[in-house]
Amino acid sequence: MEAHAHGAAHELEIPYNVHPRPDTGLYNAKLGIWLFLASEVMLFGALFSSLILLRTAAPTWPRGWTFLNVPLATVNTFVLIASSVTVVLAWANLRLGNLKWGRLFIAGTLLCALIFLVNKGFEYHHEFEMHRYPRTSNFMATYFTMTGLHGLHVLGGVVVFLYFLFPGAKMWKTDRARYTNRIEVAGLYWHFVDLVWIFLFPTLYLL
Amino acid sequence: MAQRKQIRVGTQWMYADEAYRALKEAERVMKQEEQGGHEAGHPPQSWIRRYVFSTDHKWIGIQYGFTALCFLLFGFSLMLLMRLQLGWPGHAFSLMKVLGEGRAPGGVLLPEAYNQLGAMHGTIMVFLAIVPLAVGAFGNYVVPLQIGAPDMAFPKLNMTSYWCYFVGGVIMLASFAVPGGTANSGWTSYAPLSIIATEGQTWWLFGMVFLITSSLLGSVNFIVTIIQLRAKGLTFMRLPFFVWAQLVTSFLLLLAFPPLEAAAVLQLMDRLAHTSFFMPSGLVVSGQVLAIAGGGNPLLWQHLFWFLAHPEVYVLILPGMGIVAEVIANNTRKPLWGYRSMVGSVVFIGFMSFVVWAHHMFLTGMGTLISAFFQTTTMIISIPSVIILSALFLSLWGASIRFTTPMLFALAFLPMFGIGGLTGLPLGLATADLHLHDTMYVIGHFHYVVAPGTIFAMFAGIYYWFPKVTGRKLNDFWGKVHFWGSLIFINGVFFPMFYQGLAGVSRRLYDGGIQYAHAKAAVEATNPFMSVSALCLLAMQVPFILNFFYNVIAAMLGKRTAEPNLWHATTLEWAATTSPPLAHGNFAVLPVVQRGPYEYNTPEYTEADFLPQHVVLAEAPPTPSGGLLPATAVAQREM
Repeated sequence: MEAHAHGAAHELEIPYNVHPRPDTGLYNAKLGIWLFLASEVMLFGALFSSLILLRTAAPTWPRGWTFLNVPLATVNTFVLIASSVTVVLAWANLRLGNLKWGRLFIAGTLLCALIFLVNKGFEYHHEFEMHRYPRTSNFMATYFTMTGLHGLHVLGGVVVFLYFLFPGAKMWKTDRARYTNRIEVAGLYWHFVDLVWIFLFPTLYLL
Repeated sequence: MAQRKQIRVGTQWMYADEAYRALKEAERVMKQEEQGGHEAGHPPQSWIRRYVFSTDHKWIGIQYGFTALCFLLFGFSLMLLMRLQLGWPGHAFSLMKVLGEGRAPGGVLLPEAYNQLGAMHGTIMVFLAIVPLAVGAFGNYVVPLQIGAPDMAFPKLNMTSYWCYFVGGVIMLASFAVPGGTANSGWTSYAPLSIIATEGQTWWLFGMVFLITSSLLGSVNFIVTIIQLRAKGLTFMRLPFFVWAQLVTSFLLLLAFPPLEAAAVLQLMDRLAHTSFFMPSGLVVSGQVLAIAGGGNPLLWQHLFWFLAHPEVYVLILPGMGIVAEVIANNTRKPLWGYRSMVGSVVFIGFMSFVVWAHHMFLTGMGTLISAFFQTTTMIISIPSVIILSALFLSLWGASIRFTTPMLFALAFLPMFGIGGLTGLPLGLATADLHLHDTMYVIGHFHYVVAPGTIFAMFAGIYYWFPKVTGRKLNDFWGKVHFWGSLIFINGVFFPMFYQGLAGVSRRLYDGGIQYAHAKAAVEATNPFMSVSALCLLAMQVPFILNFFYNVIAAMLGKRTAEPNLWHATTLEWAATTSPPLAHGNFAVLPVVQRGPYEYNTPEYTEADFLPQHVVLAEAPPTPSGGLLPATAVAQREM
């Protein structure tokens, strides 16, 4: 606690760091994460466009459902949707001042993310066993690149939630509103990661 | 721990005993500040936190500026080596031996080494010199001051952004030492050439990933700062034009760079995992069909690359326009002519720049319908650029212009950018482009936009804001020597390129040999002249470098002689704070803005020829005749 009072003395106070600016209705980090997500839309948008261009130009294109593990990917889809719900519940509980349940739901989100990654690992392992590598075909190349990049985003979410679950939760004692905002912002990112998967799943597995 | 009471202090909950201690601490700090200046209350920061991993936007701006200027000189020297060999093909230069035996045996540049220099000159100048200088340095230093903010919205992100840029730059430099040398497929890295290229290309891609991350973090930070941290009363239509230019630039960086990141990932996959995103079936290299899956599309790379790189051209020019607008308004002592149409134009340029990219690809055989579309959008985007340029020209009308050094550079920007823009029109028309594509004409056009265009605007900015940063003014005489010399010789380098290009000289070869038979006269008449001009251009930077370092060192020794608002400017960075600004929080009191940014020689106020944005005029009783108000200006607070 000493450290905080001491820190507050020389750390610069940035306006609208915690509370929204009246005319924009947003606090800084919320606007920041929306902008970041806009750039992420462009990143995945470019990859989806590339996939469409390559697929429409190809004389033949493998059908994902004939050899990919659709049931496991369906389970993964629901796991991610569930994690989107838990992260909202975490934020709602923190808003109500309930740290204990907030942290439990953050842990739930983390668990879902880890289940997703483990399942994805099984899928990759199976592909490698069947000697299907990125270099095998443009379908496999897109599959590994896009799910790989998405997996890295999930992993990024895991790191962020691990931080907020353990060391980052100290902020609850000093600045509740800010900690709650952080979970909201991380949650927005997390919804986006889910949304990417919602697009990836039909594009690669079902169409 | 059981019975501690919580109270709400301002925006946060605290334990009562803790709040009491914080209050005591705050009292102590306030008392110290009253007694011993602003900084005395802060515990001394470590040297590393203050000068290396600083989170202060001003210091980060200086870091960006210094690094970018070093890269600017380095990129320039790569060009000089190329120009030397271009001027006298086959001639041995002892200077060329710095490249090593592998690149220049006996002092004669090898063609593949020329490709390396070309690729790295482009990459370094665009991604490591000009964008970091225009956005990283000027944006970082000036924007928070001009909008009356204590810092950027995310100071730690700002620091991360600089260090990502630094790491990206180091990777690019390190690639000179890898086997096979640096990337050599041009700054555009066209596939499939770039995919079968030597290891340097992989380094280039990793370097780019860092640079893209840096500009992504930077652009989020700029947009949030400009939207959220504007001072009270600073509405969007009261923003200085420079801030508008930075806002649009940041949106371009934010939305255009990710597709290149995607493309870089795909190219890395092609190079490292042997996928075929950009590799067509049956590609023959050195007489052998490549053992790859195939089915990829080299044009896909070009689309993804130019989707970034065309907005990137506007990233290069818009901050320059912003600086020129500031300097012109200040030195004509008049409001900018057509501020609103300039703002509308810059926003329109931002939108349009996303739908012109394929005008770089007329010769790829992508189809006449697509060419016609992109030709039309390209003609449309030239309109707002012309509006901005015309507004700046019209701002000069009837002004009693102060020909200060920054103003000279800003004035030269107008015709030079005009030449660059006008010579771009034939390139935007698909038919004319058939002849001009890939010739020296393109190099001439692009460099007129960026060298005597943007770089002159950067010099204008350096001469204009140097007193703000250091508290010292750069020497005017040597500034003028620097200006006139640079103006003459930069035209000597670039103007003959139009002539060469029209004669059909390729941009890729330094010695076309028999291929240049058709253009022998053009090459022989102009190449040595251009190379000598380039050397003289280097010589003309010496007065600037000496002037710069002399005054930086003098300022560091505490000889700060310039008055705080020496240009008599109206915008907040000059009017509402000291020079250099307070190290902590920029302003002693956050300013409240009363009016637009360029109130020079306004009829309501006659005590001086400028009325700063934040100064409150004393309330006057309404006069039925609508005559002059009593002009008693009360500064918000004396600094």
